Amino acid sequence: MSELQSTVQQVLERAKKSGAGAADVMIREDESFSVTVRMGQVETLKQAISRSLMLRVFIGQRTATSHTSDLTPVVLHRLVDETVDMAKLTSEDESAGLPEQAIHRRGFPDLQLLDPSWEAVTPAARIDLAMRAEAAALSTNHAITNSEGASFDYTRSRVALANTLGFDDAYEGTSAGLYCVPVAQSKDGMQRDYWLSVARYRHQMQSPEEIGTKAAQRALRRLGARKIPTGEVSVIFDPLTARSLLGHVFDAVTGSSIYRRSSFLLDQTGELVAAENINIVDDALMPAGLGSSPFDDEGVPTQVTPIIETGVLRNYLHSAYTAKKLRSLPTGNGSRAASGTVTIGPTNFYLKPGKYTPEEIISSTEKGLYVVELIGFGVNPVTGDYSRGAVGIWVENGKFVHPVQEVTIAGNLREMLKNIEMIGNDVMFLGSIAAPTLKIRNMVISGD
Amino acid sequence: MELSKTIFFEKYNVTTTDLENYLNEALSRGGDYADLYFEHRINHSIVLEEQIIKSATKGVNLGVGVRVVSGEKTGYAYSDDLNRDNVVKAARTAAFIANAAPDGGKVQVAAPLERERNLYSIPIFPAELEIAQKIALLEESDRAARAFDRRIKQVQAIYVDETKHVLIVTSEGKAAWDLQPLVRLNVLCIAEENGKRQSGYQGGGGRRGLDIFAGELDPKAIASESARQAILQLGALEAPAGPMEVVLGPGWPGILLHEAIGHGLEADFNRKKTSAFAGLVGQKVGSELCTVVDDGTIPFRRGSLNMDDEGNPTHQTVLIEKGILQGYLQDRLSSKLMRLPLTGNGRRQSYDHIPMPRMTNTFMMSGDSAPEDIIKSVKKGLYAVQFGGGQVDITSGKFVFSASEAYLIEDGHITAPVKGATLIGDGPTVLRRVTAVGSDLKLDQGIGICGKDGQTIPVSVGLPTIKIREITVGGTEK
Repeated sequence: MSELQSTVQQVLERAKKSGAGAADVMIREDESFSVTVRMGQVETLKQAISRSLMLRVFIGQRTATSHTSDLTPVVLHRLVDETVDMAKLTSEDESAGLPEQAIHRRGFPDLQLLDPSWEAVTPAARIDLAMRAEAAALSTNHAITNSEGASFDYTRSRVALANTLGFDDAYEGTSAGLYCVPVAQSKDGMQRDYWLSVARYRHQMQSPEEIGTKAAQRALRRLGARKIPTGEVSVIFDPLTARSLLGHVFDAVTGSSIYRRSSFLLDQTGELVAAENINIVDDALMPAGLGSSPFDDEGVPTQVTPIIETGVLRNYLHSAYTAKKLRSLPTGNGSRAASGTVTIGPTNFYLKPGKYTPEEIISSTEKGLYVVELIGFGVNPVTGDYSRGAVGIWVENGKFVHPVQEVTIAGNLREMLKNIEMIGNDVMFLGSIAAPTLKIRNMVISGD
Repeated sequence: MELSKTIFFEKYNVTTTDLENYLNEALSRGGDYADLYFEHRINHSIVLEEQIIKSATKGVNLGVGVRVVSGEKTGYAYSDDLNRDNVVKAARTAAFIANAAPDGGKVQVAAPLERERNLYSIPIFPAELEIAQKIALLEESDRAARAFDRRIKQVQAIYVDETKHVLIVTSEGKAAWDLQPLVRLNVLCIAEENGKRQSGYQGGGGRRGLDIFAGELDPKAIASESARQAILQLGALEAPAGPMEVVLGPGWPGILLHEAIGHGLEADFNRKKTSAFAGLVGQKVGSELCTVVDDGTIPFRRGSLNMDDEGNPTHQTVLIEKGILQGYLQDRLSSKLMRLPLTGNGRRQSYDHIPMPRMTNTFMMSGDSAPEDIIKSVKKGLYAVQFGGGQVDITSGKFVFSASEAYLIEDGHITAPVKGATLIGDGPTVLRRVTAVGSDLKLDQGIGICGKDGQTIPVSVGLPTIKIREITVGGTEK
């Protein structure tokens, strides 16, 4: 850690010497291991330590950024000088600058991001996790005839960040994922599906057997899928697909899409934008949360930001830049893209659980589609128009009837949010964005 | 060229002995094959927004990936620098995949460096030019978009260029290098009228110098097209829902082939029999009007490469000829295991990724029909000319792609514009439903990005005007 922090300080010093009025530097170091097994054999094994340094400089209110994987001093020095030169050619921007909240401070909370017990898991044991998940899937049923494999990934990440206002800190975390993709075959063709578990701590992971079996069951239930007639019905999103809806809401509440006027939730704070049972929050302080961190990629302390409370839009999410531009305060969502530029990222952005079990939601549905996978990019963030390919299960009189494929579901996100009728109690965290099962009335299904 | 003239030898002091040592380390546990992928990549990007130059970014990526193949198994490791100890460590890590005694032979890198052709011979790489010239392109884009219509309220223009040096050395003693330029300009517009907002997008680029923006891809043309789409959408009707006859315009709608056919013909999925196209070579998968090609050898195109990322020359590969499936897109591993010839389609995002079979420039050959006759032949249908993105489920074969500019066809005439809608179909059957192919093959303007297993790479697509008897359109208007 201290080695990363001292590199960061050296780059800051160089930036100041080269003429930068202000600057911040971040290094991310990932120590990663990943294995894919297929049909009981190791297919690929990958292991590496990768580093990336991201620099941002300001000259007055002009800015430029750079990034490099090559941390040799000669390359770094040259890149710092070039970045300062580039900044001189960009425009004055009154909202540009370091966040004034990102100053030296003590006492960031311990968010339990690191599970050191992973280090004791040998490569052979890691490979075995993937082997066991795939074996469980393949032994579930004779119709599971093939596999796209199972994989285990583990990363230990270190982040060091410093700026010319005196901020200088670092943190470290672990995360692991186990993923299984079996293929089921019947006379009607092949179907694949997947299941996974992602967590920072070993004890939070589902067992390989649970993951493999569930993945197999999901693939099996898709066999014999067919189209359904075009019409308007209720759609139930399972937690995996509901999560993608939350992703669209996240995009719409970022300060950058607001100032660019490219959000379907523009100019609506204080207004009812969703059903009254909807509560959405961005919570960076969730202990052991996959998106938790003590400070953001600009050094701003993170926080819990209510986004939608009882259906009313409360806040947008900001980096230092968008906050200044929209006369608000940074929310600790500054996120550095691989290119080094600061964008806005979710921490733990999720829709709070409701009171219904997924079974209750399904059994309440007279006619509807239970969606288990969405494909394609048919979402217009500006208008909220929504049209995506869907795979699911047809529900009639509260029961699953048959699997469905080659249909689209369409609507508009503004109406969809208001038409959320039931919320499940089954929020599942697999990343920074999460949701429970959701039932939305009146969506158009296009099929036969 | 001599090995010693590559950037890795000249600037980073790599020697032939180093290469041999690394490969010997990689095979120290008895792998069948090993290769080294050296990459030095510089990226620049500049963003104009709200009529000012918001930011300029430079990126440096340097590293070497070491791959060891043992039977069907691949071990992979990489180093972010070319420090000898770190590369040796990566080679030893990758070597772990194999578990046998080394055969005792020592790798010798004696072969001359290969680069038999240059598909992107340009006098000056965009990266070498002054930033001011690039800013001028963005400012011209902004002016043109705003001049197009007063309802254009926001313009975001982005310029990016890339210069990539690649050196590939294999345990078979082969060495190959390439120097790859890539440039692109994108313009995003937001139009507003009476509280309604819509967006438009257009871009263009290729493996060319900045002169690419002097001809039909000039910033004014790109920006005006982006603005035109945003304005058009302000007046668009709800898209229809249900199965319809669909005419696809030429060029970028070729994304249909990329999703519906291309991915399903990548050899890895077929070797593993997880593709809906597995085992169908020699069989009829499309109407006789359909001939589909993947061609990585077209000069200056975004998806073109002198060699793939395993050091093998790219090819023109006929995937489907007059409706009959001819073969798959191969990388080294699949070609060996399937005992089929290489096609030069082993590609990777960068040194920290394992290569796999990928597309280059994928398109359908022109047919005989006049495009206007194709439109005239449709009584009631959809004419889709611009698309956002697409996706496919390789195993079930179902694919989607999203129209961003489409019109109704009524009694042989193009009528009202409709809002974007997703089209959904089945890869193995969609080509059977092609009932007309136009004489107007066009490649896209150089904007394609393809994702697979978390790796993104530049590609191109192309299509003549085609008519599909029936495909499901996912609008909201029943």
